[in-house]
Amino acid sequence: MKQTTSPRTRKKLIVFLILAGILIAVSLLAPQLCPNDPNATSASMMNHPPCAEYPFGTDRYGRCICSRVLMGARTSIFSAVSLVAITFAAGTALGMLAGWFGGAVDAVVMRLADVMLAFPQMVIAIAVAGILGGGMGNAMLAMGITGWTLYARLARAQVLALKEEPYVHAARLSGCGAGSILLKTLLPNILGPLVVNAATQIGVMMIGIAGLSFLGIGVTEPQAEWGSMINLSRSYIQLAPWAVLAPAGATVITVMIFNYLGDCVRDYLDVGVEQ
Amino acid sequence: MGKYIVKRLLHLVWIMLAVSFLTYLLMYLAPGDAAMKKLYAHGVAVSDEVLERTRERMGLLRPFLEQYGNWVLNALRLDLGVSFKDGFSVADKLAKGMSYTAVLTLSSLILSLVVSLPLAVLTALKKNSVLDYFIRFCSFVGNSLPNFLISVLLMYYLCVRARLLPVVADGSVRGLILPCLALFIPICGRFIRQFRAEILEQLGKPYVAAAVTRGVKRRYILRNVLHNASIPILTVVGLSIGTLLGGSVVIETIFRWPGLGKLAMDAITNRDYPVIQGFVLFTSTIYVLINLLTDISYRWIDPRLRQQ
Repeated sequence: MKQTTSPRTRKKLIVFLILAGILIAVSLLAPQLCPNDPNATSASMMNHPPCAEYPFGTDRYGRCICSRVLMGARTSIFSAVSLVAITFAAGTALGMLAGWFGGAVDAVVMRLADVMLAFPQMVIAIAVAGILGGGMGNAMLAMGITGWTLYARLARAQVLALKEEPYVHAARLSGCGAGSILLKTLLPNILGPLVVNAATQIGVMMIGIAGLSFLGIGVTEPQAEWGSMINLSRSYIQLAPWAVLAPAGATVITVMIFNYLGDCVRDYLDVGVEQ
Repeated sequence: MGKYIVKRLLHLVWIMLAVSFLTYLLMYLAPGDAAMKKLYAHGVAVSDEVLERTRERMGLLRPFLEQYGNWVLNALRLDLGVSFKDGFSVADKLAKGMSYTAVLTLSSLILSLVVSLPLAVLTALKKNSVLDYFIRFCSFVGNSLPNFLISVLLMYYLCVRARLLPVVADGSVRGLILPCLALFIPICGRFIRQFRAEILEQLGKPYVAAAVTRGVKRRYILRNVLHNASIPILTVVGLSIGTLLGGSVVIETIFRWPGLGKLAMDAITNRDYPVIQGFVLFTSTIYVLINLLTDISYRWIDPRLRQQ
């Protein structure tokens, strides 16, 4: 793998890594940053425009939108990042095993991946989430059911390409077991393209989970989530546009930062992205 | 060529068998009793005796594989059972919804292609110009916008504030504009980015440099470049059908466009399992068939593939 380290690419990567780091920090510190209780309702402050006490105004139940957007960051960012981490780990492991052992393992894993790829991702996600009912865990399961195939196919192809390299033979001759070769010899060499794909998937997963929540089959009230906040407030948009615009802005900015981070990682490692 | 198509069709049969099995399994494992759901949907008072009779009539007492087998055999005859909700044929409902969804998804796909292809060529030819940066920025933003967000914002600014268009898309042409735009924006953003990358890759190849030094006219070079870039471009377009079908569920629900997506979402709200099963099986079939067609078309575009 060729590494292009033009100073500009590196600088951009560092800037966006910091921005993504800030977003993750905000999502982790959300309970401390909230100006008000995100779930406290108030009959006298319904659909109140932004003011000193409520920086982004209140929603139809008089809840502080700023606090809910911050708590929503926790739900959205945490769920998307951990979903990508889980599918990445599971897909890579399965793909590497399939590539290394071949035969029956390969046939089972790859046929399963083929079948999963026959479902359009959002269609199967909507069906699974809709049938299992709401909740963040179910929404993540619904998106992850097809998500792992990307890494599995990629990892398998990479292992197949590197399997007969002299250094792999050397490792085998020196008495390394399959586990040690896969983890210590092959994994570091195939990680680049996998990481790039994982980085670009964060934004995709975030949009997917928000979409499910918007439809009412993902994260459900009263837990704060940007997609469900937009859905709840959209019928009141004339009375309280801020209740839609704040979570909408948060979603767009977050997805853009993670998508741009994905582009930066790709440029930095100079590898292509699976379509 | 013929051999290849037969091989792919055999593969397709096995894939569709597995897809239908998983689809059926999903509803079978779904929480709750299907007979109960059906009776509730009809507003029937549930007694043990009625429940038992309904279960038997629905075939729920038979073993799972037998139930699945019956469902698949009926599906092959285009009979996907009847809706729990109103007792109408699922296949008829899907066919009716499909005509609306086809209009919506095809119009946004065609619009995306018409807009993105010239822009991708333009940005690739004028790489790193102000125009390139501007279009790349717009396509990056478009690609990062969730379709439900675009729908809500379009609705607010164009329908509620400017009063230009109707809020509810009842299937008329005027009602088509907003849902079509909401599907079009993210897809078009992605198309521009990916097409531009493919065209740039072709422009960097030696045959282009050779043609330029020989003084070949630009449009002849461009024709070759587009021909060579058409395989990856077709792949992107084929895969976007999945995004369009998934996106149509969200968009149709928001705008009340009476297509497949709205049908599916209503079925989920009502726990109308036969309709959800039919929807998943039907959309997956379309998706798989379209990707088979794109795979076959590679051989038609690239004669080298035909020799293998």
